[in-house]
Amino acid sequence: MLEIKCPYCGKRSQNEFSYGGDASVKRPQLGKETSDKEWNDFVYFRNNPRGKHSELWHHVAGCRQWFKVLRNTATHEIFKTSKISEEL
Amino acid sequence: MQRYSIFSLIKNAFSNHQNWDVVWRDPEPKKEYDVVIVGGGGHGLATAYYLAKEHNITNVAILEKGWIGGGNVGRNTTILRSNYMWDPNGLFYEYGMKLWENLSQELNYNVMYSPRGIINLAHSDAQLNAYSRRGNSMRLNGIDAVMLGREELKKMIPFADFSTSARFPIFGGLMQPRGGTARHDAVAWGYARQADSMGVDIIQHCEVTGFDVRNGKIEGVQTSRGNIKTKKIGLCVAGSTSLLAEKLNMKLPIESHVLQACVSEPVKPFLNHVVTFGAGHFYCSQSDKGEMVMGGDLDGYNSYAQRGNLPTLQHVLSEGVAMFPNLSRLKILRTWGGIMDMSMDGSPVIDKTHIEGLYLNFGWCYGGFKATPVSGWTFAYTIAQNQTHELNSKYKLNRFNTGYLIDEKGVGTKTWIG
Repeated sequence: MLEIKCPYCGKRSQNEFSYGGDASVKRPQLGKETSDKEWNDFVYFRNNPRGKHSELWHHVAGCRQWFKVLRNTATHEIFKTSKISEEL
Repeated sequence: MQRYSIFSLIKNAFSNHQNWDVVWRDPEPKKEYDVVIVGGGGHGLATAYYLAKEHNITNVAILEKGWIGGGNVGRNTTILRSNYMWDPNGLFYEYGMKLWENLSQELNYNVMYSPRGIINLAHSDAQLNAYSRRGNSMRLNGIDAVMLGREELKKMIPFADFSTSARFPIFGGLMQPRGGTARHDAVAWGYARQADSMGVDIIQHCEVTGFDVRNGKIEGVQTSRGNIKTKKIGLCVAGSTSLLAEKLNMKLPIESHVLQACVSEPVKPFLNHVVTFGAGHFYCSQSDKGEMVMGGDLDGYNSYAQRGNLPTLQHVLSEGVAMFPNLSRLKILRTWGGIMDMSMDGSPVIDKTHIEGLYLNFGWCYGGFKATPVSGWTFAYTIAQNQTHELNSKYKLNRFNTGYLIDEKGVGTKTWIG
């Protein structure tokens, strides 16, 4: 089982969290001309590395905050977690 | 090639089964091939077989990093079906079912195709309505589908929880009678044996490390066992597709996730069908050895580890116990995981690319095993003819740009939920 350190609550078991996917995805800016390709990349294309992956998790059965996790997708080692506003 | 039959079995019994021919060769890679298939799983082996059989292209190599059949074709729950609603999926998988029905004879290898019927249980009126809509769509496409009531189901799967106190009472179900199971290893080995006999080189323990591309054309492939020249490469590497595509500077609309399955200790026959739980994600069947073969949800986060995590297994098996309460008495014998190439709409891609001579076959999500014959058949056509066949004409790579998605489940782009 994964042990994930919520930046607000500390280490908790995986059971309290749900996953939110690739954290590097950015929604195109509002009010700005956006090409079809930019929308397409935003909706359908993700980083899918074997190794370090920055991703979003939700402490859904806890403080209900979203935050970022840097995790190895092959070993599941968690290197670092941070608040959404912070750099990983 | 030595043909397998009752007579060859009797003949070899006299020599204590010591004189059977080697089933496939172990050749050194040649300098050049007409087509190189990367990935010696079910889809890669089937592709090579149909290239040789349907298109007379026999100067073909299959490059496999590990050993053939050691990936997802050896890690699935062996379920076959074509119970899809959307036309592109229904017609594609139904063609596959027709290939399954004759596969043992065609390959001269018993793949143990068992059309025992697949039953999707419904646990509400709304779900029954949705199933009858899907069943009708299937029948319009010539696929067998039968709606079942509670009383009929009681006779077919008497050990399911039909009590009124069930957490998810059974309202009825949708059945595809021709759905069922096949022996996964036999599928890989049967295709390998026939492909090899027609001249295909199966090269195991050979990892692809790079590609030679010049002026937008494939010229060769670099491997851990030397460089190989070729003008056409087909990738059949499921969960590892993104890693190879990265070497070609391509980003694909998939994520790699681990899916677990498990088997219980063997017990006497008590389940004759494949049954899926409608109020969650759980499916099971009983193997010929008597083990309950069970699976369900993804672990739920990107993973390249071919092993899973306990919370998901616990969740999946609790669904199983809600459906068949007597499963709680069984011990789990083995669990394992395989890496799924989860596409953003839940449907696969079998297509050419912007690089001439590079062909992709990926995005099988949970359902790659049942597609093995038809995936190989259409991918071989696409590689040989340099165009998609009508059957895979909707499985385009650019459908994510054009909007022609095939979203069978309609759950959006959260691959770990679908």
